[in-house]
Amino acid sequence: MTSAAIEANGLTAYFGSRKVVDELTMVVPRGSVFAFLGRNGSGKTTTIRMLLGLLEPARGTSSVLGVDSKHLSDDVRARVGYMSESHSLYEWMSVRQCGEFQSRFYSRWNGRVFDSIVGHFHLDPRAKAGQLSRGERAGLSLAITLAPEPDLLILDDPAIGLDPVARRSLLESMIYVTRGADRTIFFSSHLLDDVERVADYIAILDRSVLRACCSVDTFRASVHRYAAHFGSASTIPSQLPPIRGLLHGRRSANDWLVTIAAPSNDTLESLRVLGAASVEELPVDFTDAMIGYLGDRGEHAFFLDDTAARDSFGVSV
Amino acid sequence: MPLTISILTGSTLSIHRQIVEQVCAAVFSGRVKDDEPLPSVRALAEQLVINPNTVARAYAELAREGVLESRPGKGMFVSQRRQIYSARERARRMDQAVASLVSEGFMLGFSPDEVIEMVAAKMRHADSRKWSNPFHKGGAR
Repeated sequence: MTSAAIEANGLTAYFGSRKVVDELTMVVPRGSVFAFLGRNGSGKTTTIRMLLGLLEPARGTSSVLGVDSKHLSDDVRARVGYMSESHSLYEWMSVRQCGEFQSRFYSRWNGRVFDSIVGHFHLDPRAKAGQLSRGERAGLSLAITLAPEPDLLILDDPAIGLDPVARRSLLESMIYVTRGADRTIFFSSHLLDDVERVADYIAILDRSVLRACCSVDTFRASVHRYAAHFGSASTIPSQLPPIRGLLHGRRSANDWLVTIAAPSNDTLESLRVLGAASVEELPVDFTDAMIGYLGDRGEHAFFLDDTAARDSFGVSV
Repeated sequence: MPLTISILTGSTLSIHRQIVEQVCAAVFSGRVKDDEPLPSVRALAEQLVINPNTVARAYAELAREGVLESRPGKGMFVSQRRQIYSARERARRMDQAVASLVSEGFMLGFSPDEVIEMVAAKMRHADSRKWSNPFHKGGAR
């Protein structure tokens, strides 16, 4: 059995002549919580649809749970829980009926999981699906997705449009899922606070190109920010020379504030030779790091990959 | 007062680091007693709504550092505190901590006397029994 829950190799998709996913190669380790990040329109949903065999790639291959995406049998599909952005539900069914209806498609259906998630989102089992709020619909979709106890959970922007209480319920449900040691969650999101809470790994898609695929810790440790102080406005350079790994640079009166990926001694040296009186490292939070990484001015040549060399998961203490 | 940990997202400290630091603070202030088990990985993860792997890694680091110890079948406990660092390593770590305190105090505009008084006040709050614990005796080499 392969240790990857998802593998993609050079996945490429076009809409017309526009390339929407460009040679995407990544590995999602089994048992991980993996966040798939990127701005709107960067190709996340298209990638997910290719992984699930719902869209044929122009080039490249992928597999989920070790099976080629193009040939997913019903048995394999039953082990993959997929929640799309749209939460398609039969509007005229009640919450309870939705569960009963779905349960017939699965040999493995845990009614207790369904009931506990419905309860967690405070849904009335008699309420009609069509009359639920956005957050309640998400709760019902999640209950339907989780009740078959999938080995791999793929959630396409599950938190979109949720209020803070529903968002928290969603996160709690995701953490609950990790009780099954071998379960993998692959989810896309824009909510970096939530990602920081639950993700082991992140992949960042930027305008159809994968630019990072690594653990959250590696990502945080790789993005650094420095303030280079110059003595006066006359000594500060108006432009920065090319600096390896430069993601973002902003000039204020006597300082250059730069964000750099994986800096080396050379990088710092190149700031000093500009004539900076001092170079001070500033702390970076996860959101800063992400925005720096996706910012427009950055170099686009980085790829941090440590999913292959992962440390042990589910250390039981 | 039992162990209370609060997690801030969007902080410059990773969640992993926040757990390590808060457990350390709770242990050294005596808020967690020697024979009191810490919450299980799963329980703490669910309480804080964070990834259990993060908690497990933080506990593992605390165990490596000699702050906690794992008692098989019973969970994590405050370590009986055999000193695990060499004398030089202890001095290096303390020096680093003091240097960062001094520079923070300077940046925030406190006078040396004020900083010393603040440290003294904190010391008075720390559980004196813990302080007198022979932290530096035992297995150091």
